[in-house]
Amino acid sequence: MNFSPNSTLLFVVAGGVIIFVLAQSFFFLIRAYRRAKELGMDMKQVRKTIWSSALFTIAPAVSILLGVITLSKFLGLPLPWIRMSVIGAITYELPAATSTAKALGISLSETITDPRIYSAIAWVMTLGILPSIILVPLLLKKIQKGLLKMKNKDAKWGDLFSTSLFLGMIAAFSGMVFADVRNGLEGWIPVFVLLCSAVVMGVCGLLIKKCKMKWLENYALPISMLAAMIFAMVITPAILG
Amino acid sequence: MKRSYEEQTHFWGKLWTWTAVFVILSVPVIICVAYDCWPGFTPVLKGLLGVAPIFWTVGAIEVVTFTPMLGTAGSYLSFVTGNVTSLKVPSALNAMESAKVKPGTEEGEVYSTIAIATSSIVTAVIIAVGVFLLAQLTPILNSPVLKPAFDNILPALFGGLGVVYISKNWKIAVTPVVFMVILFLLVPSLAGSVGVLVPVGALISIGVARILYKKGIV
Repeated sequence: MNFSPNSTLLFVVAGGVIIFVLAQSFFFLIRAYRRAKELGMDMKQVRKTIWSSALFTIAPAVSILLGVITLSKFLGLPLPWIRMSVIGAITYELPAATSTAKALGISLSETITDPRIYSAIAWVMTLGILPSIILVPLLLKKIQKGLLKMKNKDAKWGDLFSTSLFLGMIAAFSGMVFADVRNGLEGWIPVFVLLCSAVVMGVCGLLIKKCKMKWLENYALPISMLAAMIFAMVITPAILG
Repeated sequence: MKRSYEEQTHFWGKLWTWTAVFVILSVPVIICVAYDCWPGFTPVLKGLLGVAPIFWTVGAIEVVTFTPMLGTAGSYLSFVTGNVTSLKVPSALNAMESAKVKPGTEEGEVYSTIAIATSSIVTAVIIAVGVFLLAQLTPILNSPVLKPAFDNILPALFGGLGVVYISKNWKIAVTPVVFMVILFLLVPSLAGSVGVLVPVGALISIGVARILYKKGIV
């Protein structure tokens, strides 16, 4: 068979993988929805969560799509499509492809036509991310047991412990936003965007509390995010211009 | 005896995950068989050497750090569908926050699963639509007007998410946030390995929380 990184066969394989991901997601979505009913939870809130999660996902999903487009320039469409739909993230896939290309002494400036190079990149991308998926079934129960033990021993500390975990994550990402500020005003753009998003979120919080706009609760994060992204589109040309 | 809901979730989660491993591995196998292009060990090993040491470490750290926030079904699903930090964790945290439930509770499990599953479905659909409309979409998505919006997606996300958690727990948050800001000011090149710094931030937060808790401040 003649090789092309955009062959029909590869598109069919990609389609199969996407169907698998969708099937797994729908399986857990329906199962959790039924569980909510069983537990007598507020189904209105559950349905709102579905809508707000969907809305919240749009912007990050489009940025993932941009990753697919970037990679497609040298890998064709199907492989980046597969890789970004299962476990992938551009922060991983691009270095994986670059590292392999470097090892083979080729440049990634044009579409790859040598099937051997293409398959080597596919293997590196696949094997490089495999541990994070394999570790979940192996470790999850143990981690949960440890947490439960801690919570049973001291409930308040257990709560503080899990709060500290995501404060750590938020701290790391907030710090990263300051990485370029030494490059002058241009480097401050991400900081301004972060502050804009925080301010909009704060305003939403006030509106929810003071003006009793309860519906806003579910949409505050997507609104803050989109507002900050629009803000970035306005200030970037102003600062660079 | 009927297994508990939690036990069943583990059963299904493991089944789906191991199937996913099979599906993921079958992709390069199909490519190699169909085009008769096995790359041989050396190029793959050389390529892996460039990324595996970092990414295997980050992968292991992510599993330990994020599973308590993601819940059982959420963890199985997130690590198959990917984009854990930039999408799945924020989406689960936001859903639990809006519904006023805590991670690790029965309700928290339901909300995080629903948020993560919805997020995965929407992502898969958007990418699929994007792939088919690529010719029409590329000029719009790559336009210089929209570029700053997508360049700044992480600050836009973590500003809104961060303000909620930092303001609620500012006594614990102030030390790790200040530490990270100073660290990135001093060593900007660390931005590429932010994944490794998440557990560092978590350890600092846990340490501060422990001290404040012992002193009865939080």
